Amino acid sequence: METLLSGISILLQWQVIVALLIGSIGGVIIGALPGVGAAVAIAILLPATFAFEPIVGLTLLLGIYGSSMYGGAIPAILINTPGTAVNALTTYDGYPMTKRGQGHRALSLAYSASFFGGVFAIICLMVLSPVLALVAPHFGSREIFLAALLGIILVVLAHRGQIFAAGMLAAFGIFLNSVGLEPVKYTRRFTFDQSWLASGIDLIVVVLGLFAISQAFLLLLEKNHAPGDTHVSGNIFAGLKELLGVKRVATVSSSIGVVMGMVPGTGEFTSQFLSYTYAQKTSKNPEKFGDGSPEGLVASEAANNAVPGAAMIPLLALGIPGEALTAMMLSVFYVHNVIPGPQLFENQMDFVLALYMALILLNVIVLVFLLFSTNLLLKIIQIPTRFLGVMILILAFVGVYSLRNSITDCAIAAGFGVFGLILKRLDLPIVPIILGMVLGGIMETKLRSAMARVKTPLDFIDRPIAAILFGLIVLILILHCRTLYFEFKNKLRPEPTMQPVDSDSPNQQG
Amino acid sequence: MIAKTLQDMFKRYRRPGDVVFAVLFLAFAVFLLSQLGDQTKVVKRTKWFAQPGLWPTIAIWCMVVFGFLHWLSSALSDRISGRWTEVGFWVRSFEYVAYFLIYVLVVPQLGYLPSTMLFAVFLTLRVGFRGVNAVGIAALFGFVVTIVFRGFLQVKIPAGAVYEYLPDSVRAFALTYL
Repeated sequence: METLLSGISILLQWQVIVALLIGSIGGVIIGALPGVGAAVAIAILLPATFAFEPIVGLTLLLGIYGSSMYGGAIPAILINTPGTAVNALTTYDGYPMTKRGQGHRALSLAYSASFFGGVFAIICLMVLSPVLALVAPHFGSREIFLAALLGIILVVLAHRGQIFAAGMLAAFGIFLNSVGLEPVKYTRRFTFDQSWLASGIDLIVVVLGLFAISQAFLLLLEKNHAPGDTHVSGNIFAGLKELLGVKRVATVSSSIGVVMGMVPGTGEFTSQFLSYTYAQKTSKNPEKFGDGSPEGLVASEAANNAVPGAAMIPLLALGIPGEALTAMMLSVFYVHNVIPGPQLFENQMDFVLALYMALILLNVIVLVFLLFSTNLLLKIIQIPTRFLGVMILILAFVGVYSLRNSITDCAIAAGFGVFGLILKRLDLPIVPIILGMVLGGIMETKLRSAMARVKTPLDFIDRPIAAILFGLIVLILILHCRTLYFEFKNKLRPEPTMQPVDSDSPNQQG
Repeated sequence: MIAKTLQDMFKRYRRPGDVVFAVLFLAFAVFLLSQLGDQTKVVKRTKWFAQPGLWPTIAIWCMVVFGFLHWLSSALSDRISGRWTEVGFWVRSFEYVAYFLIYVLVVPQLGYLPSTMLFAVFLTLRVGFRGVNAVGIAALFGFVVTIVFRGFLQVKIPAGAVYEYLPDSVRAFALTYL
């Protein structure tokens, strides 16, 4: 009880409330702008948050993270353009509803499903907290090393059809993390006698380059596009009640979102795909999916919005981020010397509770804001994409330059901006680089400390959690190889009417 | 038959320019591999897991192996037209890199507020918005960004050298907030 009260008092600081309001409303607007997205906004704001208290900075970033998908549903439903990439499935059923004159109904359902998914995930997070607090202290160096290794493997394997690319980019991230002065023996690694490389390559500089500057370049260079003028009329509150009619889909989809959110590398895409498939397979009207099915819309939005809350579980309990956005948030913890992981649950449970409550409040603020200001948002999102590019480039400068006033940092970020642009144009994944950098650093430190107490290789997995994690790694690799083997075997089976492989559909390489 | 099998095994979804990127990345990885001995040190009386070169070695070898497989899968897939047009698109981004770096160099001289407003207006004109409204909005955006980040959030951006020449009455204000 005392911890809860302490958590409430942390949350009630005016700075936290302001950060929550700015983060959640700003996140909705950012999410509604096609071509921006939460990653760009978080990358830009990250250095500015270093000046705040950790709870203030994290609340601001969490606000953006948790609310951007709410906003992303608006253009997805009304103009068939997803605001964020993860709202792509929302267009399948949302836009056909708009075409039938049910845009208000679709928006209403999307908002309520998002709210349900978001709150459901936080409740799961709160229920799981005592378990986490119990289990987390059993994670020593070797367990965290194995969890980080599992994270890297899952991130690579999650990129079906791009496993080689994901593998080489994750390795590139690990390499980037190793550049500079090595912290234990103080030898230089890949500095090529250049003083500016001695301090290493800053994660924030890479993040800003890959996410924000690359996006700015892309928007500046590609054809200009401005979402058309649109307006929504009708009762936007009706979906709150209608959601009760599809509560099974909402609950299962949110549960899938929670599970997928906890697993590194899977996140929103897998969760919404699985939820959508589940909803379609169990629906009485599966033929309506893709043509304005409320169940499809609810499945997609509830699963999406359950992920941010769940993604905080491995971050808070083990200090292991599952995707790029939580990796960025990890740096806020580090800057303030708050180390997420087992100790956080033991020593700063009030801080953790304050974060949970902030997440719940965030969902309430966003829902209320959206119910009353959707038409206002529709005006804001009509910014031409090239002008958005100008805005992002200017804001990205603040992020990079304010870190340490280094022109070199800006040049490196611009270089990564070009690299990110190439990856985006080629549809290659960026997230493995960021996770490679973060998890690579964790693996290096933890392996070194873990091996100091290991005499034989088997000692490494002689503790229950380490053994389970090792078993999981082996199992995942075996299952993946097995899947590949059967897919390849099917492909080689002679079929007289077999069509040539369609170059538009991803092949299961890797 | 072997070629066909390999092709079936590695063929994948690609976009134009994929093979160029695959070759460049692989060449970069091989270059790093060739530098491994020079750029990392083997420390005596230190076990393998604490050697400074362990993680760069693991990372670079993975880059080479995955990079090779990525290139192979690209080379074995059907050719897509538009490769050099795409490379041209990548190269065009250097124009904006140059503008960005000029802006970075100008800020400590001219000051954050004037540089940002000028940069916003210049980019707006460069990308094709010539109307008075667009230019005005760009200038206003530059102004607001400066006020929010330097004025309110006090982010670390140095004051412009030209601010020193401002009259005493506004110099201190400009040095602190603009």
